[in-house]
Amino acid sequence: MTEPLTAPWLSLAIWIPILAGLVVMATGRDENARIARVLALVGAVAGFAVTIPLYTGFDLATSKMQFVELKPWIERFNIHYHLGVDGISVLFILLNSFITVLVVIAGWEVIQSRVSQYMAAFLIMSGLLNGSFSALDGALFYVFFEATLIPMYLIIGIWGGPNRVYAALKFFLYTLLGSLLMLVGFIYLYNQSGGSFAILDWHAVPLSRTAQILLFIGLFAAFSVKVPMWPVHTWLPDAHVEAPTGGSAVLAAILLKLGGYGFIRFSLPILPDAAAALAGFMIALSLVAIVYIALVTLVQADMKKLIAYSSISHMGFVTLGLFIFNAYGVEGALVQMISHGFVSAALFLCVGVMYDRMHSRLISDYGGVVNTMPKFAAFMMLFALANCGLPATSGFVGEFMVIMGAMQFNVWIAALAATILVFGAAYTLWMYKRVIYGAVANAHVGELEDINAREFLVLGLLAIAVLALGVYPKAFTEVMHASVNDLLKHVAAGKL
Amino acid sequence: MNTDLPLLLPAYPEIWLAAMACLVLVVDLFVPERRRTGIAYALSLLALGGCAFLTIGATQATGGRSAYTFGDMFVADLMADVLKLLTYLSVALCFVYSRRYLADRGMLRGEYFVLALFAMLGMMVMISANHLLVLYLGLELMSLCLYTLVALNRDSAVSTEAAMKYFVLGALASGLLLYGMSMLYGATATLNIEQMAQLIAAGKANQAVLVFGLVFVVAGLSFKLGVVPFHMWIPDVYDGAPNAMTLFIGTAPKLAAFAMAMRLLVNGLLDLAVDWQQMLGILAVLSLALGNLAAIAQSNIKRMLAYSTIAHMGFMLLGLLAGVVGGNRLSAPDAYSAAMFYSVVYVLMSLGAFGVVVLMSRAGFEADNIVDYKGLNQRSPWYALMMLLVMFSLAGVPPTVGFYAKLVVLDAVIKAGQIWLAVFAVIMSLIGAFYYLRVVKVMYFDEPQSTAPIESGLDMRVALSANGLAVLALGILPGPLLTLCLAAIRTVYPLGQ
Repeated sequence: MTEPLTAPWLSLAIWIPILAGLVVMATGRDENARIARVLALVGAVAGFAVTIPLYTGFDLATSKMQFVELKPWIERFNIHYHLGVDGISVLFILLNSFITVLVVIAGWEVIQSRVSQYMAAFLIMSGLLNGSFSALDGALFYVFFEATLIPMYLIIGIWGGPNRVYAALKFFLYTLLGSLLMLVGFIYLYNQSGGSFAILDWHAVPLSRTAQILLFIGLFAAFSVKVPMWPVHTWLPDAHVEAPTGGSAVLAAILLKLGGYGFIRFSLPILPDAAAALAGFMIALSLVAIVYIALVTLVQADMKKLIAYSSISHMGFVTLGLFIFNAYGVEGALVQMISHGFVSAALFLCVGVMYDRMHSRLISDYGGVVNTMPKFAAFMMLFALANCGLPATSGFVGEFMVIMGAMQFNVWIAALAATILVFGAAYTLWMYKRVIYGAVANAHVGELEDINAREFLVLGLLAIAVLALGVYPKAFTEVMHASVNDLLKHVAAGKL
Repeated sequence: MNTDLPLLLPAYPEIWLAAMACLVLVVDLFVPERRRTGIAYALSLLALGGCAFLTIGATQATGGRSAYTFGDMFVADLMADVLKLLTYLSVALCFVYSRRYLADRGMLRGEYFVLALFAMLGMMVMISANHLLVLYLGLELMSLCLYTLVALNRDSAVSTEAAMKYFVLGALASGLLLYGMSMLYGATATLNIEQMAQLIAAGKANQAVLVFGLVFVVAGLSFKLGVVPFHMWIPDVYDGAPNAMTLFIGTAPKLAAFAMAMRLLVNGLLDLAVDWQQMLGILAVLSLALGNLAAIAQSNIKRMLAYSTIAHMGFMLLGLLAGVVGGNRLSAPDAYSAAMFYSVVYVLMSLGAFGVVVLMSRAGFEADNIVDYKGLNQRSPWYALMMLLVMFSLAGVPPTVGFYAKLVVLDAVIKAGQIWLAVFAVIMSLIGAFYYLRVVKVMYFDEPQSTAPIESGLDMRVALSANGLAVLALGILPGPLLTLCLAAIRTVYPLGQ
């Protein structure tokens, strides 16, 4: 083992990006854009650097919370500034901080107006997301969870596409409805647990079946919108299409993961009996997402919309994995979330690369891109294959594990879920074929320039991550084992 | 009664303020024209500073215990002191925000300061009243000054009309309140609020007459709070009054109205809680629904904020109605302190929102419409950020203080077992979020229509920035204010026993 905790790494992971964001915002108008970009990069890299000790110093043997920080915050409500990570949450923090660095680099030249605000919004959001993943106090979690809405609303609304106002508002209101119902649930839990907001206390609170089911519905409202699950997914295609490239990448890679994370952290352990009782319902919704949304994805004409729908379909896999209650399923769901974080971010950035040159996201405007952008085509090929779950890419591991888990649970569900491998290949590769291969479709494509060093760096880093997770998933799964097994034991025991 | 303290100590701030207001009035007559407003402004702020000094001194002298004077008609407890201090702060901010606006329109005269100070005196008397007539006296002093303030721009037909509406409806409400008070007097044969409570607790009052009086008291109170169905005056008066007067009406008087509710319903009629909680429940539900839904349709920011006030006061009532559960008063301090925290936070947010409205209004231009805020982020990123914080706070989004205001009230409601009421309240807040977001939208997503520079004095810039940042800072560290509200409510008469 390396030297144990020497610094409050989690606090640093939260506050370095937020403070860096405030400093960047203070640089003000676009005359100082260069300073803003450099400062943002420094902040993002520093924010990522402080998360590395979380991985290297992580104790694999225990399912307990690690790197815990506990200070009283609001004494009137017994709310604490209580942070900590276990095998479930630690990877999300690394993923988030990593993606933030890439997003800052990706926005380097593309964003030319209100640069300081753009960079600040991403940095502040990164800190808030780290806070959501590491909060062990329900109220603290809620504060971080909700606060992320503000920067994302601004990102979509200020730097987004033509229909950005509608998309930003829809995103905000959808998510707010869910989280307000969750807040009522949290306050109820606070009163039931005798005045404690500690999530770990809530795990042990006895609750009747009726109370559990009502609470489950309240939390479901928040997390299902975030995931998003069918049929509350309609905000996502709008938000993705209108958001700037960086916004789409963070939305798909991290914000959606808050939903899955919420189910694992709150719904399953706090409400095990309701989760068991409603598992059939959740599985049904997940299968609808996997199959129906995959069919919807096939017919999309807009590349961003296609990737957005593909995200919904892949997140259906995550919720399926969570509600079959075995180790393969839950770990598979976690791996799938991490992998999807890399792959969806990469695909959105790929679309961004093309959009910056052509100002179109429509598949029909492209064709034969490989002739003018061979390096780019190679990268995009890798990510497209990862999106269809090709072995040796990260996409394969999670899907394979979830299908294994589903097989143990019910062979028919596994069979339906496995159709994602077919549909995923169909929509991704078909899009790839139409965009990249063939003869040069028009003069604009003929004039395209291949990716520059900056874009190469971003896509290269993501490619390494996708391959590393695909070839050696143990580096990720071994972190999860202890926590997932403990969670499943807790869920199996129930509360009644 | 504290015999070791000077007899009039609890009322020192009021006495000082009355003297200072008269001084401003006199000075205004004798100072040469060009230095007049500056001196009145300085003297008024000095009066507020002196009040704060005296109030803090009185609190220290009594050690936070309730102190009575004027034959027990007047009480200074910790709740009164805290609310008064916040009232001074609020009025001081109003003066700072309004100075330039009023000067541009030729309304910055001694009258404005004198009327505002006397209105504040009325609020202070309401906050400290322990006697029905004293309460009424304070209320009328405040109201009459406010009617006049609305009409201060006497050449404006709109303002005059607003003042007339305000006066007629206000007088009606005062009549209702007075009628209710006479019923209470008839049932208990006393006008002293605490004695009344003791008599009711001892079962010596005629229940039927009491409840009959209560209905009128609640109606009068609802008018002053501006909750449905006694809200009709709010949008018209907010809209018609000059922006600086809207700022004044929309802030400090809410604290006084909250205090009036506490004095009448909690100090005096806690034994009738079952009856008035039901009434407040209906008022709260209607206000939340109507306030939020009607605000969506507004294109005028003052009307939008007026409807938002109605919704917020409805939310505040949720705290007041969650105190007594099945005859059990254990959670009453929690619930009432939630309502107090909500009122205080609302006033802070309202100051920020109307402060920006006043800031944006230049000579000959009233920034009344939401479209006037288009592209504010490009004209002034800093003020846009302040308005953004206030708007998200009004919508109840963390990490701003508005979230905790909602949290404490929802906690009280859920503790009282009324989960469906809490769910209703959050769904209405969701609807509310829509129109606050629209303001953020026009500020950040739209292109500016005007490039006129936003000018303001240094005092205004500092105060408005502090106001906006306070919304954020209290959202990050709400603990002390929450604790203070709870401590303040614990000293209120039957709860402190």
